[in-house]
Amino acid sequence: MPGVVIVNSGVCNLDSIQRAVEECGGKPEVTDDPRIVEQADRIILPGVGSFAAAMQAMNEKGIAAGLRNLLAKRQVPFLGICLGMQLMATRSYEFGLTDGLDFIPGEIVPLKSTQAGERIPHMGWNETHPKPGAQLWRNLPDGADFYFVHSYHYDCAESDVLAVCPSYGGFAAAVQRDNLMGVQFHPEKSQKAGFELLRNFLAI
Amino acid sequence: MTVKIRVMPTLLFRDVGLVKGVGFDSWRRTGSALQAIKVYNMREVDELVFLDIRATPDGRAPDFTQVDELADECFMPMTVGGGVRNPDHIGGLLAVGADKVAINTAALKRPKLIEEGALRYGTQCIVVSIDVLRHLDGRLEVMSECGRLPTGRDPVEWAREVEALGAGEILLTSINRDGTFNGYDIPLTRAVVDAVKIPVIASGGCGNYQHMADVLKEGKADAVAAASIFHFTEQTPREAKVFLKAQGLHVRL
Repeated sequence: MPGVVIVNSGVCNLDSIQRAVEECGGKPEVTDDPRIVEQADRIILPGVGSFAAAMQAMNEKGIAAGLRNLLAKRQVPFLGICLGMQLMATRSYEFGLTDGLDFIPGEIVPLKSTQAGERIPHMGWNETHPKPGAQLWRNLPDGADFYFVHSYHYDCAESDVLAVCPSYGGFAAAVQRDNLMGVQFHPEKSQKAGFELLRNFLAI
Repeated sequence: MTVKIRVMPTLLFRDVGLVKGVGFDSWRRTGSALQAIKVYNMREVDELVFLDIRATPDGRAPDFTQVDELADECFMPMTVGGGVRNPDHIGGLLAVGADKVAINTAALKRPKLIEEGALRYGTQCIVVSIDVLRHLDGRLEVMSECGRLPTGRDPVEWAREVEALGAGEILLTSINRDGTFNGYDIPLTRAVVDAVKIPVIASGGCGNYQHMADVLKEGKADAVAAASIFHFTEQTPREAKVFLKAQGLHVRL
């Protein structure tokens, strides 16, 4: 059973992700202790709420430093979910400018509506189109639906985009650089497709 | 391509079980909440709305233990409402597994609650629930306290105000149509949809799949909520989406 450390960055729904990891055959440990984070073999960073509040909490608790130390030493699989994915960016423009973890260079910028019916926040089920060979999408069809709830998105180099969502002019539904991965949607709330993606992450 | 329209069963909780009424009255028992959630899980429903309708009238806080138990079995997005009066209630519900929190009466009493919730937890998890009564002369009025208390507010004005304060979504319910099977209030829905940029869920009155198609096409709603047709008829969320797809609407199947 693959162990996973779920990082408690402050306010967020940790219950759902913990239950989903258990359902997918993983053994989750929820913590806000930087020492446990530093020993992890696999990390999930979930998150809801505002970017600035989450970064502040992670800096104060020493979790941001713990994650940096861990990833500098060992290339463990890392999955950021929703706000957790956005925290991987260099900086965010949500409620003013805030520095992020800077794991994959990029900026968190507001979604822009490009056609009628594209309301903000982007809320609900939408398609994802992964790069060929994307490990997280193994056994999932091109176009698999996931549940999104967000108003900002990750603007980064095309080479770091793992999957695209075709709305709002096309934005990064997922990012990946080596062992570092992030998804904008909520796999823990995306039923079969979400569980498949989590199982794929646990198998990496 | 835009986001898919959502079909959302509404679960109304009162005392010990689920209920459904007509015009926010004449409640009938419809079963256990946990059982309903398990069934909707299996059927891969898009999203659920769970409202504890006695919490505010009884002056109670949300029942966090109950929501925790339900959320542990709910692998789909869930909006939870009823009794939410302060930011700690919002945080408490998110912590036990709600994905979004619906606020109604408390926001009408103190609109700043929306802003406080949005700043602390993000716009995306603040749903403002608006219950609307259409008077005999056609005038629309927002009601609070589970439909009992007139507020003097116009729904379109109130919708604009909650959006400006940071609401991420509006759950718009027609009290007159609630439980009647007569169809959604399309003009009301369209007026609110046109007034804001955030998503609007149409609620109240759904009797068949065509009613959903009508409020999505003519009312331009982003999602449809329904209760009676799922509780009291053989109609299901999945069949609804098959029907809506055949009508050219963008759904998840």
